[in-house]
Amino acid sequence: MATTDWEVVIGLEIHAQLATKSKIFSGAATAYGAPPNSQASLVDLAYPGVLPVLNAEAVRMAVKFGLSIDARIARRSIFARKNYFYPDLPKGYQISQYEDPVVGKGSISIVLEDGSVKTIGITRAHLEEDAGKSLHEGLAHASGIDLNRAGTPLLEIVSEPDLRSAKEAVAYMKKIHTLVRYLEICDGNMQEGSFRCDANVSVRPRGREKFGTRAEIKNLNSFRFVEKAIHFEVARQIDRIESGGTVVQETRLYDSDKGETRSMRSKEEANDYRYFPDPDLLPLVIDEAFIETVRASLPELPDEKAARFARDFGLSVYDAGVLSASRELGAFFEAVVAAAGAAHAKLAANWVMGELSSALNRDNLDIDASRVSAAALAGLLARIVDATISGKIAKEVFEAMWSGGSSADEVIAAQGLRQITDSGAIEAVIDAVMAANPKQLADYRAGKDKLFGFFVGQVMKATEGKANPAQLNDLLKAKLGAP
Amino acid sequence: MLHDLSLTELAGLLAAGKVSSVELTRHFLARIDRLNPGLNALITLEPSAALAAAAAADLARGSGKNSPLLGIPLIHKDIFCTAGVRTSCGSRMLDNFISPYDATVVERLKAAGAVMLGKANMDEFAMGSSNETSYYGPVKNPWDTSKVPGGSSGGSAAATAARLAPFATGTDTGGSIRQPAALTGITGMKPTYGRVSRYGMIAFASSLDQAGVFARSAADAALVLQAMAGFDPKDSTSVDVPVPNYAAALDAPLKGLKIGLLEEFFDGLDPRNAALIDAALAVFRAQGAETRRVSLPHLPLSVPTYYVVAPAECSSNLSRFDGVRFGHRCADPKDLLDLYKRSRGEGFGAEVKRRIMTGTYVLSAGYFDAYYLKAQKARQLITDEFRAAFAEVDLVIGPTTPTPAFALGAKIDDPVTMYLNDIYTIGANLAGLPAISVPCGFIDDLPMGLQLIGPHFAEERILGAAHQYQLATTWHRQSPRGYE
Repeated sequence: MATTDWEVVIGLEIHAQLATKSKIFSGAATAYGAPPNSQASLVDLAYPGVLPVLNAEAVRMAVKFGLSIDARIARRSIFARKNYFYPDLPKGYQISQYEDPVVGKGSISIVLEDGSVKTIGITRAHLEEDAGKSLHEGLAHASGIDLNRAGTPLLEIVSEPDLRSAKEAVAYMKKIHTLVRYLEICDGNMQEGSFRCDANVSVRPRGREKFGTRAEIKNLNSFRFVEKAIHFEVARQIDRIESGGTVVQETRLYDSDKGETRSMRSKEEANDYRYFPDPDLLPLVIDEAFIETVRASLPELPDEKAARFARDFGLSVYDAGVLSASRELGAFFEAVVAAAGAAHAKLAANWVMGELSSALNRDNLDIDASRVSAAALAGLLARIVDATISGKIAKEVFEAMWSGGSSADEVIAAQGLRQITDSGAIEAVIDAVMAANPKQLADYRAGKDKLFGFFVGQVMKATEGKANPAQLNDLLKAKLGAP
Repeated sequence: MLHDLSLTELAGLLAAGKVSSVELTRHFLARIDRLNPGLNALITLEPSAALAAAAAADLARGSGKNSPLLGIPLIHKDIFCTAGVRTSCGSRMLDNFISPYDATVVERLKAAGAVMLGKANMDEFAMGSSNETSYYGPVKNPWDTSKVPGGSSGGSAAATAARLAPFATGTDTGGSIRQPAALTGITGMKPTYGRVSRYGMIAFASSLDQAGVFARSAADAALVLQAMAGFDPKDSTSVDVPVPNYAAALDAPLKGLKIGLLEEFFDGLDPRNAALIDAALAVFRAQGAETRRVSLPHLPLSVPTYYVVAPAECSSNLSRFDGVRFGHRCADPKDLLDLYKRSRGEGFGAEVKRRIMTGTYVLSAGYFDAYYLKAQKARQLITDEFRAAFAEVDLVIGPTTPTPAFALGAKIDDPVTMYLNDIYTIGANLAGLPAISVPCGFIDDLPMGLQLIGPHFAEERILGAAHQYQLATTWHRQSPRGYE
């Protein structure tokens, strides 16, 4: 029997922690890493009698996000209570948005592996508060509760089930990650949990319209985990169906040590959250003027920047995408181009994506902490352009600039790396090499044309790589004569 | 006697230096010592803090400060958080809870110079109409100690009626100020929803709860409300509307005032009760007010609507009492579920549990539309009908309660009968309207209340009409025997 061709269907719920200074409903600070419960106010602790007051900055950030995905901003949205008991949820309910979220339907496009562009629908994005943390280790016969995170503002971004592979899911998540950092509404720090997602995964025979039963994988906090968890889950579901079983609707957890998902609770065990409008908060009313103010504050968005790079600098879609992946990288690239001249934008792109990026990765530095500034890199490129050094020597110069902090010209002067462009000087070396290698010369002239490379190598060795490669090529051909 | 003087009169004596706040405070503390054991109206006494606050008020006055409440003693309902003082909400759950902060109402009255003597008994978490659900035992009605004082602010009402303080604070979710005020023969004012901050007032049903005042006259209530009212950035549902000068509005003449008589209030009304209302209307007419009948066809749905909305909100509001961070925690919990179950099972009384269960039920999947949503629609209809009525009339008037105070124990085992006690008061809560209850006579030697309801933020009009009525009557001057 032929195996079924399965189609994977994925929707993501991304939780982006909003970069406000204080919490969504209290004045407590949101900074990460403070001693347990030192950033929990009476409101966060849910003391008797306290009341929530909405942080306007969180609203502004949600609207900013909504406008950047062309979504409708609800003129009136409602905060609702999601009721359940857990020690890290002090009120016994989470304030969230249920039926009327602040951000309605929108979309975002991702670039697939084959270079094609796919539009992913975003169902909604809503504001809610985060819960605290339960700590089960290090305390004998007890669990600790840290409420520093309780009340931290989150924007939950819910996608349509438009994603068809783990790779698409990761590309989408990365795109949202880029966007929220562009908008400066989330620091995107995944280790600290500022950006995480739940993945709804199901499979169906290709061609069937009806979705399969889905499992929700909770709390994935790295792109790698998203990809691995989805791979595992898809294989698990297919295996289950093909071996005669059925997929049950449930919530699952990803164990990154074992690389597998496992059941947390089934649909039957799921809480009845008894959502109802929070009577402590008025409906959130957003007027046109507010929306226009926020719209005016929007930065150039990633897609706009990539399109401009491709258009103005003649970059490929891929390169333009890489260079616009963060505001900082885009700004660095543009600074290099500004200094080097737009005519050399491609060269600049290659260097930023090549040598510079590997050096940053190697030393685990952000672009803002680059040891070679945009101006210094442009200085190096200028020496390549005016043929002072070859591209190969330029890599050595770059390394010296990276470790020593000097300018390209200083490195070139100090190490005598200036390229030899004097024809006479190169010819003299060629003559010497020919004289020293009569056998190879004879063989070459007898037709062994592969020996051309041998002579190039000998001349470069003798000049310590400083001979201008193009010139050397021409002169050598003339001197050696036809093979 | 000092305790029989009105707040206005006491403020005059203090201003003239004829009495000090310390003397006044000692006087009321002594009355509490003597009379409270028979009433159980106060459950926490703060004599030394009160005397210190009184001395501070006298000092402030000596340095030139003056305000109507400076140095005047009061009692807070134990639903208001008071820094450093137990705030029990009438529940075993919070029997050990010392609030770390002051409610906005407490803070404002403190800033106005009022002196807190102690905290008043109440139905547990403000759920009750007789003050019999309190963990600290029932409050007795000073007019007849075999009778209930009403609830849930029964302690505040009984204390004010027994002249244990010139005024007291209360809260009103479905009548919890007006009903006990009526049953104890005093004046009780529930302002517009949003007029007084709810911050620090332990929530029962957030969309209905409103803080207010018990006093012995509308004029006294006006002075207190002046200090309590106003926008509070800490309460998102408080409204940023300027607070008028309530005392200045008391003398507005009643001539031309259009009073609506709610037909639904008079259907099946006890003839003796109806006679009291008729007599009150005659007083208003004599001063030039006009009366006409108005109808709110959906008003009879008030009680069932309320008993869906209020439990729904309370079931969520009371989730924070889980034995984890404060309040009652069971002994030796064996796991988390056991901690929750026993802490809450032991901490809450029967009426609170009944309402949590009702509220959980009406919000649950499959029942939400049939109960909660339907109740919200009914609430909107009632609100709209009130609005339409207030396009015709300035105030509506009717009884506060169907009957005078009933016997302790008479209704406590029959929740539905108990709930029907609030039949005339709940409408104002559902619509968020201001309302007052003023004494209007007696049935079987027990006081009865006349209720005046106005449109949103018409506190001036309500207080003014009540004051004019009290200028022409003496019901509010009656004192229960033994407490003169």
